[in-house]
Amino acid sequence: MKFSEFVARSKETGLPLPRVILEREEEKTGVPREKLRQYIGGMLETMLEEANKKYGKRQRTLTGMTGSNGYLMRKASPKMISSFNHTAMVAALSMAESNAAMGRVVACPTAGSCGVLSGILYSLWKLENASKEELIDAFIVAGGVGWVISRNATLSGAEGGCQAEIGSATAMAAAALTYYFSRDGMKCSHAAALALKSLMGLVCDPVGGFVEVPCVKRNGIATNIAIAAAEMALAGIESVIPFDEVVEAMRRVGRSLPESLRETGKGGIAATPTARRLVEKLREKNGLAMRQ
Amino acid sequence: MSLLDVMGPVMVGPSSSHTLGSLRIARFVYKFIGGIPSRVRFVLHGSFAETWRGHGTDKALLAGIMGMSPQDERIRDAQEIAARSSLKYSFEFDDLGEVHANTVLIEAWRNGKKYRIMGSSIGGGEIRIVEINGVSCNISWEYHTLVVVIRDVPGSLERILREMSVNITNLYLRRISAVERLATAIIETDDEVPEEDRVKMRENKCVIECYYIGRD
Repeated sequence: MKFSEFVARSKETGLPLPRVILEREEEKTGVPREKLRQYIGGMLETMLEEANKKYGKRQRTLTGMTGSNGYLMRKASPKMISSFNHTAMVAALSMAESNAAMGRVVACPTAGSCGVLSGILYSLWKLENASKEELIDAFIVAGGVGWVISRNATLSGAEGGCQAEIGSATAMAAAALTYYFSRDGMKCSHAAALALKSLMGLVCDPVGGFVEVPCVKRNGIATNIAIAAAEMALAGIESVIPFDEVVEAMRRVGRSLPESLRETGKGGIAATPTARRLVEKLREKNGLAMRQ
Repeated sequence: MSLLDVMGPVMVGPSSSHTLGSLRIARFVYKFIGGIPSRVRFVLHGSFAETWRGHGTDKALLAGIMGMSPQDERIRDAQEIAARSSLKYSFEFDDLGEVHANTVLIEAWRNGKKYRIMGSSIGGGEIRIVEINGVSCNISWEYHTLVVVIRDVPGSLERILREMSVNITNLYLRRISAVERLATAIIETDDEVPEEDRVKMRENKCVIECYYIGRD
């Protein structure tokens, strides 16, 4: 399954890209596309509802290493970025922190990277007044991008590093934004490629193995990468390397990452003196890890 | 992975393999034994043992054994809820041998019976139940699942299959003991197995025990 096939099919038939993606799932599972759309609409509603509930709130996360980033971001008025970016960042940080606090999230594409798409769709909803149907369309395009990545590479940090989680989430969000503003499948594909290339090689190095540091902040920052990639694609900038080839490259990069950089909490920033000290303190305080 | 798997699921964080998967293993046990046990012992192995509380694995396991669904926001309060109930529980750590890194052994007592079920969380919230009461198996719980202990005699399987009114998707049969002449049949179906089928199955002379674990 290639993303270029979706784009080509949409072009040939004149059918909108989200419809082409849903038809493919219908073919594979036998579930009628109206039903799929309804189910996706339910997930979108949960996503927006949760983002609304947690937006900019302080939260008690499992380890306490994060929990006030969404709050701090909301309190600050942005000096450089637009309110669209700012809202997306607050929502992304808040959802990533909610995940770390055992709140309810839509794990799209994974629990640890759930903030990126939540943030982007939340901004579209709040600041662009996007309708529910438009948001579902953008969400499905994001899903199509993630689906292609899952088939040809991986969405798992343990397999492919953080490029597979935050990288994929960012590519998905960039495509969602581009679809919302242009309805142009080819541009979506360029936006996704630009985003994924920017995060190629990103390692998965959670402190102590917990989904908090650096995961939460990466969610917040990634919304800006998604927005930048979408802006570039909308301006007519093209990725020299087609998206499907970027996915293949990402897969190969993931396979060459050593195990210490794939969610084991043993490499990258997880192996720094500060990280080690933090984990030691947590262990003493909570009996977090009994063995090791 | 389907499109919907990529776009979801709705779950309680922080990790699909450590929280969602562990909850589903315990929830499988809850359904298998037919309710909340009076006592439960969780033995955590590998990565589960290393990061248990930091990933909320303890809360997820407790929530699952109490029958909560993966979207239930009370999961984070599972300890308090368990403390208010009569459920006695303990967490222990051990090397369970050549099993997946995210594996838990659950020993549960209910109505005077002891159950021992081992499951692995293999990523993305998917699970495999790998052992039930000493018998190894490989149940994905992607289907409605019947676990039936039957007599290891000719015609036994045929007789229990006759009680099924729904189509069988997968079927496994395995001898437990040649001395006691017992075997375990695992039957997986797409459609729910109706109550009357299960009643007939339990009344069947070839059936010693019958457990039904409906898919979520």
